[in-house]
Amino acid sequence: MSSLVITDLHASVITDAGESEILRGVSLTVESGTTNAIMGPNGSGKSTLAYVIAGHPKYTVTSGSITLDGADVLAMSVDERARAGLFLAMQYPVEIPGVSVSNFLRTSVTALRGEAPKLRTWTKEMKDSMADLQMDPSFAARNVNEGFSGGEKKRHEILQLGLMQPKIAVLDETDSGLDVDALKVVSEGVNRFKEATDAGVLLITHYTRILRYIKPDVVHVFVDGRIVETGGPELADSLESEGYERFAAAKA
Amino acid sequence: MSSVAAPPATDLAPRIYSRNVDDFAIPLGREEEWRFTPISKIKDFFDVQDWASIGCETGSPFVEIVSIDDPRLNDSWLPTDRASAVAREGASQAVLVSIPTETEVAEPIVLQLTSTMLNNYAHIEVQTGAFARAQVVIVHDSNVNVSGSIVAQLGDQSQLTLLSVIDAEEPVRQHWHWASQLGRDAEFLGLSVSLGGGIIRTVPHITYTAPGGSAQMLGAFLLTGQQFQEHRILVDHSEPNCTSNVVYKGALSGEGAHSVWVGDVLVRREATGIETYELNRNLLLDEGPRADSVPNLELETGDVLSAGHASATGRFDDEQLFYLQSRGIPESVARHLVVRGFFVDVLAKVNDEVLRNNLMKRIEARLGMVDHA
Ligand SMILES: Nc1ncnc2c1ncn2[C@@H]1O[C@H](COP(=O)(O)OP(=O)(O)OP(=O)(O)O)[C@@H](O)[C@H]1O
Ligand SMILES: [Mg+2]
Repeated sequence: MSSLVITDLHASVITDAGESEILRGVSLTVESGTTNAIMGPNGSGKSTLAYVIAGHPKYTVTSGSITLDGADVLAMSVDERARAGLFLAMQYPVEIPGVSVSNFLRTSVTALRGEAPKLRTWTKEMKDSMADLQMDPSFAARNVNEGFSGGEKKRHEILQLGLMQPKIAVLDETDSGLDVDALKVVSEGVNRFKEATDAGVLLITHYTRILRYIKPDVVHVFVDGRIVETGGPELADSLESEGYERFAAAKA
Repeated sequence: MSSVAAPPATDLAPRIYSRNVDDFAIPLGREEEWRFTPISKIKDFFDVQDWASIGCETGSPFVEIVSIDDPRLNDSWLPTDRASAVAREGASQAVLVSIPTETEVAEPIVLQLTSTMLNNYAHIEVQTGAFARAQVVIVHDSNVNVSGSIVAQLGDQSQLTLLSVIDAEEPVRQHWHWASQLGRDAEFLGLSVSLGGGIIRTVPHITYTAPGGSAQMLGAFLLTGQQFQEHRILVDHSEPNCTSNVVYKGALSGEGAHSVWVGDVLVRREATGIETYELNRNLLLDEGPRADSVPNLELETGDVLSAGHASATGRFDDEQLFYLQSRGIPESVARHLVVRGFFVDVLAKVNDEVLRNNLMKRIEARLGMVDHA
């Protein structure tokens, strides 16, 4: 059993115009075996929350805490967080010229598992995982995310999720840019991972569409840098019909 | 001494072709071709001095050390600047690599350059007969000053890969003129790897003596600290249906590191149906260094298949680092992957795997990266 505990988290970004606070007191717990959906309007700070959990250097935590099974996540470097069991599937995965997917995945898995996987079993593991996500084997030889379509990038993120087997996974808009068929394939990938590992999932999304495939246990509404309401799966349905106006009004 | 008529002058072509040192004025630093160079630090390169001549060690039967007056040396090549004229005049011997007609040499011919003094002239010539094939690797590990030329003369339909590696410490000053002349349908692949050095200036010129030649000139360079490197390339298309592809990649770190890349491509009126592309990318590993990048394309004919250039200098991308680290990869390994990735397309052209790995190791060693492979 693992739990990621976020308590009264405040975070800012430094821009040319000065420091601006984006997260304004986020409190949230993600337990193993549960799926938490975070839904909110554009620009409310959802990706910022994901980045702060992963340790992106652009953001400064001004107060509050994040712990994973009691360990202070904020004191860890980005790679230490990953090795502690955190994973972030990014909204906009980064292109890395000259680094092949297979080399990247193997380097990552080596770092996470503490030893290099045996070449033969590794090749099969990677091939099978790619086949599960209906990724052409030729992707292994391509450079990381370079020239990938939006949907291919998302499949590649979920491929990593399956291979890296984190304790807690943050999925930032994994559904955006996917057509319905791709959405099903990617959702199945996430569900397979959940069943195989009993990990906790924090699913950030804009739309309820993905929640038909990946069932949330808890739904949080995120507006203006904080969670303004928490409920069961039915909360997502009311957002679908009513939108975020009610909460935007509450904020004003 | 016979000589050839110089091709007509243009903005990009050299004004003077001569073996006579005094035909070239001593550079002052104001001239277009010298404007980036710290002239005052290489003043001694502009007058003939009592310097030694570079020799070489090799196990190859195709290599000879010959007198600079040996009649087999290519007399159609003429220096185009004062430094290379001085080096030609001052050298007493030459390294001559000669691949006979229709001879295919499978193993790379490695020339390990040797020097007995701090200051040296060098003259290296590679001649491939018609249909010959060879790879020549010039390695220079001594920390000595050199002013020299590498002249490659490719016979009809011959193929030559020429790789030169300079891996030198900070006080070292080197000036290298490369002249590659391609015969009919010849294929040339030049690879210039320059690591470190106090001042390194390379001036590769590619010319075609008949139609159908194809040339690739690739460079990888790395500077740290107070180092200066200048790579000034000229591709002179004077024949129809030839191709040229120039790709230079540089990585720089440290306050005071300064690189200059100038890529001149001249397409003369008679050079119809050619294809040319040139690219320079520079990766700044921190906030200290400066990289100048100047592509120039002069087209005297519109009748070309394609002609293009690109140049970009960018900071080391923290987003790439974040992405890799977020997958558990430690920062030092992540940096190593990104830098390796940056050079990979240039180094991929080195067919010999041992050599390729050796080059990558040298680059990583210069960057102070530990090996995690
Ligand atoms: N690096 C940054 N520099 C400047 N502003 C930033 C930066 N990162 C985030 N912001 C600002 O913070 C706010 C929240 O951005 P964030 O990307 O977290 O929103 P989001 O909820 O993920 O939106 P979306 O639904 O569009 O993905 C936005 O107003 C954004 O412009
Ligand atoms: Mg977002």
